[in-house]
Amino acid sequence: MLLLLFEQFLNGLQIGLLLFLLAAGLTLVFGIMDLVNLAHGSLYMMGAYFAAVFTQWTGNFFLGALLALPAGALLGIVVEVIALRTLYTRDHLDQVLATFGLILFFNEFARVVFGAGGMAIELPSWLEGQVMVMPGLPYPSFRFLIIVVGLACAGFLYLLVQKTRLGMLIRAGASNREMVGALGIDIKLLFTLVFGLGSALAALAGLMSGPITTVQIGMGDNILILALVVIVIGGIGSIRGAFIAAIAIGVIDTMGRAFLPNMLGTVLNPSDAGTLAQALSSMLIYILMAAVLVLRPAGLFPAPGR
Amino acid sequence: MSLLEVEAIDTFYGRSQVLFGMNLAIAAGEVVTLMGRNGMGKTTTIRSIMGLTPAARGKIRFRGEDIRSLPSYRVAKVGLGLVPEGRQIFPNLSVKENLIATAANRNGASQPWTYERVVELFPRLAERANNMGNQLSGGEQQMLAVGRALMTNPHLLILDEATEGLAPLIRLEIWNCLERLKQTGQSILVVDKNVEALTRLANRHYVIEKGRVVWQGDSEALRAAPDIRHRYLGI
Ligand SMILES: Nc1ncnc2c1ncn2[C@@H]1O[C@H](COP(=O)(O)OP(=O)(O)O)[C@@H](O)[C@H]1O
Ligand SMILES: [Mg+2]
Repeated sequence: MLLLLFEQFLNGLQIGLLLFLLAAGLTLVFGIMDLVNLAHGSLYMMGAYFAAVFTQWTGNFFLGALLALPAGALLGIVVEVIALRTLYTRDHLDQVLATFGLILFFNEFARVVFGAGGMAIELPSWLEGQVMVMPGLPYPSFRFLIIVVGLACAGFLYLLVQKTRLGMLIRAGASNREMVGALGIDIKLLFTLVFGLGSALAALAGLMSGPITTVQIGMGDNILILALVVIVIGGIGSIRGAFIAAIAIGVIDTMGRAFLPNMLGTVLNPSDAGTLAQALSSMLIYILMAAVLVLRPAGLFPAPGR
Repeated sequence: MSLLEVEAIDTFYGRSQVLFGMNLAIAAGEVVTLMGRNGMGKTTTIRSIMGLTPAARGKIRFRGEDIRSLPSYRVAKVGLGLVPEGRQIFPNLSVKENLIATAANRNGASQPWTYERVVELFPRLAERANNMGNQLSGGEQQMLAVGRALMTNPHLLILDEATEGLAPLIRLEIWNCLERLKQTGQSILVVDKNVEALTRLANRHYVIEKGRVVWQGDSEALRAAPDIRHRYLGI
């Protein structure tokens, strides 16, 4: 039982870290430029397609991933410069509509360029197996790799945001954009860099989930909703908040789906328990979000000054 | 030649015009003040100079270069350092981070301001180095805002209501600091309500009403013009 619990916890952690990679870019963009970018999920999808294509070309998943990351960053920068720059001064509804349009564009783009059928990403054979994360608990190697990479990225982002000049400017920009500009920093350029970084992280999340699911049109849409929940709970503009909220949502969601049916089964008849558990577990994170918003309307770690 | 020349600028917020042919000039090494009652357009003049609320018409030149329609970061880069009204410290950065985040020596000052020199000027900031910006008292925030602007090593330092809301002793500390900066040859534009202190510190003064200059002159002339002080400054 304990092993099962731990295994589900790892699954939750893995999903949570993928969510974090997506939410990190989203929260920075929202925090600094006050821009709601629904198309962030499209960058996730495009990252996965890039990796699929480059993996086919090179015959090696790691080379494919290595090429897909800069491609994702570049695509993000192009999107920012061409489409999003005009939206900063608009209100949130305009931004939602325009970036929703981008989602449709990218879904259609993927259909035309990569085909409607979806693509699989082939892993090297040594990643297809399992590793012993502890005695008696084998765990899929690739999922374990996702956890390692996700944690490494979180550490990297922490250092970047907390310890570097660039990080100071990112935090300063989230609290008072005008003043950062008045002190001589080109906030547009700063934002383009941040956007490129966020896009690379989204692409990384997409290309890591590609081998597990399959790479398909619209794959970024559902996870984007979750990422939005994450940044709302974590506090807009806060990397730390996004990290904690992403892990919490990943774990709660996974655990809920895994254990609620059995738990409810002890008090209800099996078929009722099944339906109720399904309904409850898909609602669980929204209940969590509502609870957090009641207690802390600005999220767990709001960037001050907003 | 003037360091800063503002000639006949008109500035609007939306449709409402706030500056009407505003003029101002500052020579290198000068300390100049901008005075006037609340709402007369002092902050707007500064925002126009800094490119935060660009002037619609007129000329703004800095060291001969036209800066009227530059974005604010480029205005800062040519050498203007702003200590804004309300201080606008970054609340989520530590004191030290507030100072170094935007620090630069773009114009190659021979003795640039550094973190060490700023905390020498304001020893209190050293004690608070690891506190967050929002944990400071008003006076400490003001010192931090001055230090932050100095660390961009500006040709011209601009202070908007730097002593507003501060206790008398802290005010004195700010005035003493400005005096020291003046001694080193720093050019300064000051907006403040404390006419006594300004008359002692500054070389020249502009008094504005409703977005235009109604009086200008040196400290001696201002002392000799009680009617001006009474009519436009309310003292
Ligand atoms: N953001 C703004 N939008 C509209 N009107 C403004 C804004 N800021 C200031 N004003 C108006 O412009 C005038 C000048 O303001 P300001 O330059 O702040 O005056 P001062 O600094 O001399 O007190 C005032 O009448 C004020 O109400
Ligand atoms: Mg003012």
